[in-house]
Amino acid sequence: MNALRIIRLTVWACIGVLTVALGYLLLAPQPDTGSGVASIGGPFRLAASDGTVVESEKLKGRPFAIFFGFTNCPDVCPTSMLEVTNDLVALGDKAKDFRVYFVTVDPARDDLKLLKEYTASFDPRIIGLVPKDEAELAAIAKAYRVIYRKVETPTSYTMDHTATIYLMDAKGAFSGTLDTKETPAIRQAKLKRLIDKS
Amino acid sequence: MTTSSFLRASALLAFTTLVLPAFAHDYKIGALKIEHPWTRATPGGAKVGGGFMKITNTGVETDRLISGSAEVAKALEIHEMKMEGSTMKMRALDKGLEIKPGETVELKPGGYHVMFLDLQAPIKDGERRKGQLVFEKAGKVDVEYKVEARGAAASSDHSGHGAHDAHGKKAP
Repeated sequence: MNALRIIRLTVWACIGVLTVALGYLLLAPQPDTGSGVASIGGPFRLAASDGTVVESEKLKGRPFAIFFGFTNCPDVCPTSMLEVTNDLVALGDKAKDFRVYFVTVDPARDDLKLLKEYTASFDPRIIGLVPKDEAELAAIAKAYRVIYRKVETPTSYTMDHTATIYLMDAKGAFSGTLDTKETPAIRQAKLKRLIDKS
Repeated sequence: MTTSSFLRASALLAFTTLVLPAFAHDYKIGALKIEHPWTRATPGGAKVGGGFMKITNTGVETDRLISGSAEVAKALEIHEMKMEGSTMKMRALDKGLEIKPGETVELKPGGYHVMFLDLQAPIKDGERRKGQLVFEKAGKVDVEYKVEARGAAASSDHSGHGAHDAHGKKAP
């Protein structure tokens, strides 16, 4: 075996090792935790507009959607709730036990009674959740990586807030989002997949 | 009825049929033209609503929509809404909404709107709601808002100029 042949074999061996390594990096499943990306979601226990207390621990086994908004929101909140209502209706029986939680980021104005009236005007599967104080609101907002901020207006105030609908799976883990810019078909496919895999 | 009066009557009829649709829904005040004010039905318990329209300045001076009122609300503010990433932000326009000469400004969902605050009753689909707009130069004008269904992205007005508004998104 001459020197040239050894070099050639060594080079090919290196290429082979690199190819396998690269393939592994590209194709291997990513670990669920420890990837450096903080997870969305976390434990909560909040008073609900249907008279109950909703505890995330007790939701295990059933997927749900969760949205943060407020009733003094003229556009994105009612539009999001209307769209998700239409999606649930379109899914028929499949979505009969699905729940959408509407967490108010304005508990000073949105009490349980008001949220009950508000959510009931969309769909009984939409349940309002009211944090009892700023600490409770801050905790769930942090868990869901939601931003909210009070902004004064000439006669009143409004709330800046994250307006994404989060989809949570049966284990309580983040599974995806619904966006008002998506078509109903896409949103409904996401909801169907979420319900089917549970 | 003489021929000329018959012709005149026919012309008037043709005029009203062609030019004035079932619900003539444009307003003029000074150099401003306001097209098709509309709003959306509100969810139960909601204390706010948004009013939308198109305002064209046909004059040579900049004007501003500075305030107004709505029969159904205790207060009215002029707001801009926008999405920054997934965050909804809304701001009151301190100096009002500027309408430059020759420009048309559209108030629409997801953007500029007049905000009805502290609603005294829910706004219901199919209703009409009275209001007033106040401009810095042109002054006051009474308008009527057509109420569309909740979540409507545009008004379904098919009459007169409004048809262009309703289909604005589809236009090339």
